[in-house]
Amino acid sequence: MKRTGAQILWEVLVSEGVDVVFGYPGGAIMPAYDTILGYPIRHVLVRHEQGAAHMADGYARASGKVGVAVATSGPGATNLVTGIATAMLDSSPIVCITGQVSSKLLGSDAFQEIDITGVSLPITKHNYLVTDVADIAPMLREAFYIARSGRPGPVLVDITKDAQQASIDYEPTTGEVRLPGYRPSHSARPAQLAKAIELIDDARRPLILAGHGIVKSEAMRELLAFVEKTGIPVASTLLGLGGFPATHPLSLGMMGMHGEAWVNNAIQESDLLIALGMRFDDRVTGNLKNYAVKAKKIHVEIDRSEINKNVKVDVGLIGDVRDTLRSLIPGVKQQDRSEWVARITDLKGDSAVRDIQQLPYNEKLYAAHVIHDLWRLTEGKALVVTDVGQHQMWEAQYYKHDHPRKLITSGGLGTMGFALPAAIGARFAKPDEEVWVVCGDGGFQMTACELSTCAQEGLKVHVAIINNGYLGMVRQWQEFFYNRRYSATPLLSPDFVKLAEAHGLAGLRVTRREEIPEAVARARATPGTVVIDFRVEQEDSVYPMVAAGADLHDMIRRPSPIVETGEDP
Amino acid sequence: VIAHGNSTLHVRNHRHRTRPPQSARPAPEAALEAAGRTTEHRDFREASMDRPILRTFIAYVEDRPGVLNRVASLIRRRAYNIESLGVGRTHLKGVSRLTLVLEADEDAARRLEANLYKLVNILWVRDVTHTPCVERDLALIKVKADAQTRAQVLQLCEVFRARAVDVSPEALTIEITGTADKLDGLLDVLRPFGIIEMVRTGMLVMTRGAEEAEAKLDSWPVRAVENSAA
Repeated sequence: MKRTGAQILWEVLVSEGVDVVFGYPGGAIMPAYDTILGYPIRHVLVRHEQGAAHMADGYARASGKVGVAVATSGPGATNLVTGIATAMLDSSPIVCITGQVSSKLLGSDAFQEIDITGVSLPITKHNYLVTDVADIAPMLREAFYIARSGRPGPVLVDITKDAQQASIDYEPTTGEVRLPGYRPSHSARPAQLAKAIELIDDARRPLILAGHGIVKSEAMRELLAFVEKTGIPVASTLLGLGGFPATHPLSLGMMGMHGEAWVNNAIQESDLLIALGMRFDDRVTGNLKNYAVKAKKIHVEIDRSEINKNVKVDVGLIGDVRDTLRSLIPGVKQQDRSEWVARITDLKGDSAVRDIQQLPYNEKLYAAHVIHDLWRLTEGKALVVTDVGQHQMWEAQYYKHDHPRKLITSGGLGTMGFALPAAIGARFAKPDEEVWVVCGDGGFQMTACELSTCAQEGLKVHVAIINNGYLGMVRQWQEFFYNRRYSATPLLSPDFVKLAEAHGLAGLRVTRREEIPEAVARARATPGTVVIDFRVEQEDSVYPMVAAGADLHDMIRRPSPIVETGEDP
Repeated sequence: VIAHGNSTLHVRNHRHRTRPPQSARPAPEAALEAAGRTTEHRDFREASMDRPILRTFIAYVEDRPGVLNRVASLIRRRAYNIESLGVGRTHLKGVSRLTLVLEADEDAARRLEANLYKLVNILWVRDVTHTPCVERDLALIKVKADAQTRAQVLQLCEVFRARAVDVSPEALTIEITGTADKLDGLLDVLRPFGIIEMVRTGMLVMTRGAEEAEAKLDSWPVRAVENSAA
């Protein structure tokens, strides 16, 4: 069959199971946009290409499939960069397809020419520059394979305009892609597994550190089985939330900079850390010198370059988390570790009374209240997409996720502006789920233009803006570490209700806690996207907090009316 | 100097750092050849684990555009300076081989190796810093030499087993092959005559013995990945 490169492009996408792409047309990608109309692929027109990459990312994280973003050359391609980097740092499988100027113009500074394979080299798992129509199909197939296999990640395919326009006889190929230098799957060695089992059986105060890998490898059932057999409590990373049911008695909650105090203290007291699909990020460990010094460490990780990168481990098990857990479960002893669990309960100490939920009602609206009530009102079943900042941490603390792929957030790169477009992507992946965006007034404005996309596509997404009039997390750091000099953090925002209305969408405002249920009910009853402007307490801070570079047990705690000050244990 | 790989490497590795106290200068080749590896050297190696020294990596890569850029970018990102990088085709179709020398401590070297492995176009990598190797560098040196000094320069070349490959009334071009130390040695003695220009290939390295650098590239071996984990 004679096919143009532009046709081959969509044929490969269809064969890869793609039914929706997020993109923005332009000169160098026009041949592809001309032919898409003949294929069963829905195109979502974004308002900025960054949104396209985030949507592909949100789609990928919600579905577990590869998300696709399309952009033209030059500025279209460079606008993708932040979204690609976000996907890279959180190991999200996306394929970005960019148009490129004709091959004979490469390197000539032609109109809208930019070396996007060069630009994206350090922020992609791999990338391709395709100049020959014959390479389009094999390189795209490789791109999808690389994006989803092993430790997933973004792949960019840059296709010159002449390659899109040229024709060849095209026969679709099937079967596995074979790349000689790419070995995505490993399995842990028996000797190492035996060593790990010995450490687990002998440990008296073991902890599981559950990361994003649990969700990525669909290891939830295996983790549950492992926990129920060994009685080992589970702490989660931000991206690991939902990988283990938050309401399970052995679920401790989140660890790290804004993790629960007892979780961080338990890590410091433990004698064995079993790290599953996580990478000991600095936001998780605090000062590495004094991180879990009493603990032996087992690290289960698919990417071997992560092993011994930040934390020296005693046993490294390189492989898929699910497969590795399956190998470990039969070997480990059934144990009762209630003494250790009781010790962790003791560590909770006064955490409950310090909790913002315990503050006597003072008529103020706190972000934590908003999130807690949202959790209650949605029965913990919503798919929540958060942005980056204080609200992100409050969401992680107060919205209890019992299921995987129900919290989507930019962890590694910490990309403000991620939430709304990622939620749009997630919406396409999970059309039957209730999708909530929780974002700050700052982050929302970075990609607020995508409200227009919601309107055009007729999408229903609930947007909860936690509006405190500040770039809250930076303001909090200024309060704690920069002597309250609020440099460039006060933020004037538009009237978000009117902004929603200007897009033909509904907007609501909430200023008191008792208004929350009605607002949520009204949002749910409204057919399209609804923006709720929650006017929360302006100078609230996220507690506990481990200052950057401080020891994990050295936490700034919430001052409480019952407990004297915020400086003790 | 065809020295025992290990010993020579150690000497070379510390050219720009503290020299190992037990071998101040490279010994004559025959002596080193005979000596083999001594405990002294082994002790030194263990002591050097956590210090930055020059590391040598061998990598087989796919022969296609942009691969060198990927390797270089990975190193640039970590702000390492490449000491030497030699790349060329191999006897295998579509496969190039590179020899990379840079300064790093043991941890950094292990991470670099693991990260090189992650590059899709890299077929095989090995850190041969502590492996017996034959190592060679080739230099062309254009040195001032007129009728009066020519004989002297040629005599010096003889000592280093270098040879003249081009001659003009004012200059000689010398070709020399050997370890970095040998090349540096010749350079030192030629400098007084006036060096006009010089070019070097960078270090090329091959492990000793019959093993074909474990390059059973058709079976794409995954090198004992667990080595890096404890």
